[in-house]
Amino acid sequence: MSFFDLKDTLKPLTALKQFGKKPHTIEFPKKTLEAADRYRGVHYNELDDCIGCGNCSTICQNAAIDMIKVDGIEGKDGDSGLRPRVDNGRCCWCALCVDVCPTGSLSLTKDYIYVSDDADSFLWTPGVDNPEGKNNLSFTSDKDVSLNDWKRIPMPELEGLSRVKSFAEVVLGYNEEMAREEAARCISCGLCTEVCPDHMHIPEYINAIASGNDKDALRIIYDNNPLPEMCGKVCTRRCEDVCAIATRGESVAIRWLKRYATETAQTADLVHEIVNPEIKPPNGLKVGIVGAGPSGLTAAYYLALLGYDITIYEANAKAGGMIMYGIPKYRLPLESIDKQVQYIEKIGVKIKYNTKVGKDISFDKIYKENDAVFMGVGFPDAWTLGIDGEDAKGSMQAVNYLHEINAGEKVEIGDKVAVIGGGNVAIDAARVSARMGADVTILYRRRVEDMPADWEEIEGAEDEGINFVPQAIPIKVHADDNNQITGIEYLLAEMVADDKGGRPKPVAIEGSNTIMPVTALMGAIGQQGDYTFLEDYSEKVKEERGRFVVNEMQQTTDPKVFAGGDAVNRTADAISAIADGFRACKGIDQMLMKK
Amino acid sequence: MREKATTLYLGPQHPGITGNMMIRLKVEGDTIVGAQTEVGYLHRAFEKLQEKRNWLQSFTLMCRYCVPETDPMEESYARAVEEIEGREVPIRAKYIRVMVLELARLASFMLWYGGQNGSLGLYTMGQWSVGDRNYILDLFEELTGGRVYHMYIWPGGVRRDLPKGFEQKVLKTMDYLEKRLGDYDDLMFDNAIFKKRTQGVGLVDKATAIEHGVVGAVLRGCGIKSDIRIDDPYEVYDKLDFEVPTAEGGDIWARALVRRQEARQSIRIIRQVIADMPGGSVYNKVPNPQKWILPKGDAYVRTESVRGEIGLYLVSDGGNMPRRVHLRGAAYVHAVSLLEDVLVGENVADVSAIMNSLGTCPPEIER
Repeated sequence: MSFFDLKDTLKPLTALKQFGKKPHTIEFPKKTLEAADRYRGVHYNELDDCIGCGNCSTICQNAAIDMIKVDGIEGKDGDSGLRPRVDNGRCCWCALCVDVCPTGSLSLTKDYIYVSDDADSFLWTPGVDNPEGKNNLSFTSDKDVSLNDWKRIPMPELEGLSRVKSFAEVVLGYNEEMAREEAARCISCGLCTEVCPDHMHIPEYINAIASGNDKDALRIIYDNNPLPEMCGKVCTRRCEDVCAIATRGESVAIRWLKRYATETAQTADLVHEIVNPEIKPPNGLKVGIVGAGPSGLTAAYYLALLGYDITIYEANAKAGGMIMYGIPKYRLPLESIDKQVQYIEKIGVKIKYNTKVGKDISFDKIYKENDAVFMGVGFPDAWTLGIDGEDAKGSMQAVNYLHEINAGEKVEIGDKVAVIGGGNVAIDAARVSARMGADVTILYRRRVEDMPADWEEIEGAEDEGINFVPQAIPIKVHADDNNQITGIEYLLAEMVADDKGGRPKPVAIEGSNTIMPVTALMGAIGQQGDYTFLEDYSEKVKEERGRFVVNEMQQTTDPKVFAGGDAVNRTADAISAIADGFRACKGIDQMLMKK
Repeated sequence: MREKATTLYLGPQHPGITGNMMIRLKVEGDTIVGAQTEVGYLHRAFEKLQEKRNWLQSFTLMCRYCVPETDPMEESYARAVEEIEGREVPIRAKYIRVMVLELARLASFMLWYGGQNGSLGLYTMGQWSVGDRNYILDLFEELTGGRVYHMYIWPGGVRRDLPKGFEQKVLKTMDYLEKRLGDYDDLMFDNAIFKKRTQGVGLVDKATAIEHGVVGAVLRGCGIKSDIRIDDPYEVYDKLDFEVPTAEGGDIWARALVRRQEARQSIRIIRQVIADMPGGSVYNKVPNPQKWILPKGDAYVRTESVRGEIGLYLVSDGGNMPRRVHLRGAAYVHAVSLLEDVLVGENVADVSAIMNSLGTCPPEIER
């Protein structure tokens, strides 16, 4: 190249042709750059949709999000009451928080300009500090690309119409691969723990299952529940109702995962080997327990671990109470109950079977021989329907029917059964009757969707060919000359909205009388307690509207007597009973250790 | 008369240095007789931080290794994770990834145009190319929601599908940029000053290049044809038709010629990718990040970044976080060891130009 190259000297001057062209830049602040539709600006949170699960906070790799209490938002079931606060000085706008938000309440907006010399002012509670962000959403949660797993691993079951031929367990349980996959859906928010009556350590044991530590999972489960296999099979699982994933998908199968973890230990010996609890040396104090139901067994187990001498008095030949005699074997097999009870006996709990308090032994004796007494006596007596002809032969109570079947007795029901009620007992009685070969119909005064029974049980009943007649109010039992039942007469009802905002009420339609021919009728509209065994103590141990009065430690009005289970709480489910037993154990221990 | 040698500290804060690093120069007059690179001003320990982030959280750190190189880093990480896990990536996602990678390459060239010329005093070029780069960043903003840090290519695919009408916008921008590359040629490559300042300056001969393990445009500027996109194709590069330009000489000029051609090849690739873009999903969903466990194993993936081959070594011990992340970047070789050799005999005024030409990126050196 020569020193002076004309072309290379002149060519760059062509740049001058750019003179007068429109610049790339815009005149800020006269004009601002409109952000793109997906722009990742500051956060906005739809406060009413948010449930405070904290998944945004967990995923944030900058630790820019913390969960705080916000004025005007109260915690409730399925809502921690907390809301995310973002440190905009730490945030890197990766928007992973948006992509893991189960409710889809969290978004990023097009707003991106904020200037201040006050570092604290960069802490924003999205939705509270920038309500106007709602109109400027850009990077929003998309269910299809969300990082949550919305779909539950389906539970293998026996096929609907073939399973009614036997009492074989319908639910087959997850295998290892299914359990790991299902456990991996959990986001460990802990909303379930809050709502569980027993506050089981759900995220912790699910985490253990997800990472392949089934033994750890079992140990964590036994922290506060000595009947976990039962819960794993039949728990009413309020935890799943509040699962964060359930806001837009199917809840994590918490119950089935517990079931999986407990079934990995197949015998009581194995459970003992794995859980290997620390049992304190005997402290010389005795506690008597009335009833070997879930609450009694729970109190017994944890008190025994603390070194107490425990004796349970059980009226029946087997322990378990309602879980033994109320729940059909296709849901909870006998071997499963035996295994759990055997383990409880193994750690030193003594159970006196066929010993009805008030008949075989007096309450007074138990009261005087022990340092404390726990009553888990349940609700053994069914409510009657209160209609004409109910005393006909073939008209019975579902609870009694289930009890007799579970005790191995034979009950004549014929081939056409009607069950009155919409709870789990009604469904159980119906499905058991179907297994006895009967054609079964459930009459319920409200709609099917109003039934308090577990939706999976309702579906199971439908699969097994059980008929449902909703909005039906029974009015009379028809019988022949021998007082043998022939039919049930009912009125159809229409649902009328409640002025006070309660759930709609069924109101009978005049003249809609229908008679359904039946060979057996089962009432399943609720149960009540029988406290005659208390005899003289009924004055000291107060009850109110059929339930014992207890304090927060399950202590009755007699300081030495504690109570739990259906005879105390209104939820009337096993997990509440277990929670009562666990609390009572602490209460009894506190009371006796103070002395 | 031979002047007495003196020590000159260039950096760590200096407009000609593309980040924070320092060079301890021994100069006689304005001729460099010795150079020692000093790094340590930008260490953020990303590799270590990733060992305490789960597999998904980790992905958001990748783009921060090197500002003009965000997407090749993200892509390397995603591909390494996919290799360890055996995760399939939808074909549409692969095409989108290539489009993003090439857009990133173009955007990075635009920055280089500005930096290379700025270091020689031709500031007009920087005004133009950085302005034009913004049109690419606009596309990124529309596609990913971010202009510079995209956090878009993640394990399993890409984060969101193309917005409606995006392909047409890309093609329009490509037409515009192609025209502009002609303007750049007039201003820069047909420029006597640029030629005089770059020809024979910052020489790297073939033997030195091989000895130092030099990569990218620096290697191709020595006449050695090497490009991971061809040699060890990833994503869908094996389905695309493009050339690997080389130049002889090993000086700044030769490297500039290579980059000039590469920018045009990127436009060519982007047009092909858009023409061939298949339908389908863009994301093979990973599990819940909290519980996402990768099997035990490791992966070493090679990527042709804008500055040349980078290698990412990822180790999983079977947990939910990386056991080890290690990045072998281009700048580490070019701007720590090679630079010390290349600078000897050069003029102080050319140091910035040489550093730009070697693709120096201190954040990537230190990670």
